[in-house]
Amino acid sequence: MDFDLSEEQSMLKDALSRLLSDKYDFDSRNQVLAGQEGWSLDMWTRLAEMGLMALPFAEADGGLDGGPVDQMIVMEELGRALSLEPFFGTIVLGGAALRLAGSGQQRAALVPQLADGSLKMAVAHTERHSRYDLNHVETTAHKTGDGAILNGGKSVVLDGDCADKIFVTARTGGDVRDRQGIGLFLIDAGAKGVTRRGYANQDGRRAAELTLENVVAEDVYGDPDDALPVIEWIAEQAIAALAAEAIGVMSVMHEITTEYLKERKQFGVPIGAFQVLQHKAVDMFIALEQARSITMYATMMADNDDADERSRAMAAAKVEIGRAGRVCGENAIQLHGGVGMTMEYSVGHYFKRMTMIDKTFGDADCHIERLAAMGGLFGQ
Amino acid sequence: MDLRFTGEEIAFRDEVRSFIADSLPGDILSRTKAGEYADKDDMIRWTRILNEKGWGAPHWPVEFGGTGWGPMKQYIYLEELQKFPAPSPLPFGTNMVGPVIYTFGNEAQKKHYLPRILNLDDWWCQGFSEPGSGSDLASLKTKAIRNGDHFVVNGQKTWTTLAQFADWIFCLVRTSSEGKKQEGISFLLVDMKTPGIDVRPIATIDGGREVNEVFFTDVRVPIENLVGEENHGWDYAKFLLGNERVNIARVGYSKQRIARIRELASMEMSGGRPLIEDRKFREKLAAIEIDLKALEMTQLRVVAAEAKRGNTGRPDPASSILKIKGSEIQQATTSLLMDVMGPYAMPLQHLAGEGSNEPSIGPDYAGHAAPGYFNYRKVSIYGGTNEIQKNIIAKAVLGL
Repeated sequence: MDFDLSEEQSMLKDALSRLLSDKYDFDSRNQVLAGQEGWSLDMWTRLAEMGLMALPFAEADGGLDGGPVDQMIVMEELGRALSLEPFFGTIVLGGAALRLAGSGQQRAALVPQLADGSLKMAVAHTERHSRYDLNHVETTAHKTGDGAILNGGKSVVLDGDCADKIFVTARTGGDVRDRQGIGLFLIDAGAKGVTRRGYANQDGRRAAELTLENVVAEDVYGDPDDALPVIEWIAEQAIAALAAEAIGVMSVMHEITTEYLKERKQFGVPIGAFQVLQHKAVDMFIALEQARSITMYATMMADNDDADERSRAMAAAKVEIGRAGRVCGENAIQLHGGVGMTMEYSVGHYFKRMTMIDKTFGDADCHIERLAAMGGLFGQ
Repeated sequence: MDLRFTGEEIAFRDEVRSFIADSLPGDILSRTKAGEYADKDDMIRWTRILNEKGWGAPHWPVEFGGTGWGPMKQYIYLEELQKFPAPSPLPFGTNMVGPVIYTFGNEAQKKHYLPRILNLDDWWCQGFSEPGSGSDLASLKTKAIRNGDHFVVNGQKTWTTLAQFADWIFCLVRTSSEGKKQEGISFLLVDMKTPGIDVRPIATIDGGREVNEVFFTDVRVPIENLVGEENHGWDYAKFLLGNERVNIARVGYSKQRIARIRELASMEMSGGRPLIEDRKFREKLAAIEIDLKALEMTQLRVVAAEAKRGNTGRPDPASSILKIKGSEIQQATTSLLMDVMGPYAMPLQHLAGEGSNEPSIGPDYAGHAAPGYFNYRKVSIYGGTNEIQKNIIAKAVLGL
């Protein structure tokens, strides 16, 4: 058992950390946030130049052969910087869809465009009544030869407002909640019949509502009648990535809160001298370290092809991250007092992102229910 | 980073597992499984079986009878014992006084005491806490006054676990009142048969007898029973308290309790079906499992870091949380196990093995549920309360 990063991985971490602290401090990020796009093309280009977009793909497909640990490193750093760029939709989700569901030909066509940063992607799965259930799909796909025509609507499509191409889950058969009869289709965002309404989420990240009216799918990924297992795997890889991002977010909340406790004086002493506040800061530390541990576990399981074992692990990780995130986030605001409530100060921005991570691919309540239904983490 | 056990580690785990399966006497297994208290005879029998195999104190240096296993193997060994469940080695000798003796003791002390600890020829107990010195241990008052070739000890120790079985007690005593309170403390080894020692049981809320008060009245202790230097006992005590990091979280124990909860909850009925099928109950159990999985990874991070760095350096910051989370999870399991029993948690029953032949009220596994819950309130109190642990983290890790 080995918990250490390789030399290459340490270099990646340092380089990315340096880039983000040089070019993407809190003030620069605020300017990006206030801009028209809501994310920075300049930073996007720099991330691509560093090789991050190529990292998770096989060398044969034009990638750099990175694995889940590399993804963990990248996501933790992007979390620390509260990056607004569409990396999650494009590389984490779109990349996973290509890797797990794409044929050699499909990968060969799209990986080079992803790798150089020219193509942005998203995965559209949420619907008005689906809540967090990936199997709840009302959007329909009418098969036509080897293609399909899509009708329906998708909601809160993360990074969906700037995506050039979007993976859409749609039903080729069965009832609304059946596990069978779900396919994964690629559409061009500019295709005829696609209506897109882009907006910002609470955390400043971008998303979109999609309406699909007789949209001709550009391509089909995997089995059009039985793609749910691979869609679930994509979501589970995304959960591992979100967990790592959450570690970055929580680490910063913990660091700046501890600093604040040392600097802020009341009654003539630093408020960190008060035991009540110390214990809350320790609660944050414990939550963070436990979350870090389960993130390592999730990272280790992300590539595991035993779906049952992997699902349990990811459900467990999402619960721990959601709960730890609340402990860290709510205490971070409380320990800062009034200043924590302001948009001018950074901690609230971290808290907002942390809160939205819980709402992505199932919150803690959703996943503990799933894990309990699967018979728990340690099995019988 | 590769968080899987290596082939060698898996082979080792299987070796330990099959050794326990082949060697643990069935009557001992049935008692540990039920969650009963340590019985002196059980402990001695089992310790000698382990010692015969050379596994009496695997973490000790080889020259004193250790195995030379690294931290990861030590962890696997203890986890397998707990999961089986087999009794864990008595900590007072192997984890506490033993390492103090081989680190700070003289040759004669090493030669005499260490083999007897390994074979449990001497049952040790710990004389640290006093009525006025709990979390503030250095304020202890038990006095040892030098008189020729003896110390004369007067005072009182308390919370002395299993002192009723003990042959020896290792004590912190005050040998000087000069300077800071930490500076006048010495570390003494005392034969429990010495005249002037009086052991009185403390009845605890779980109905068991685990802890005692130990009174010292003009107890004469030969000066050769002093460990290390006079007035340096606080250093040895700090060494002793900081020594146990490989298994402080007791992950294996909690895994075994979870398996037990699952087993009993499938036999107990609720709403006309097995309790384990109740959604809310399953979510409660899953919540503990998730916390435990995170803790297991935290424990392994600490063990792996220690394996890499050796046992000498500063512990990984994560190690400070092991005691807090470990105790919270142990308490959560005993609480849920009690909840499984429903109304049968209530009857106060003579526990099996304690001389009663009366049939049990309700299922025979019910009697230990509430006592186990009451007993395990201790785990967030002993070894420094969880609040003290948080003070330590705030200061040492967060710099507050």
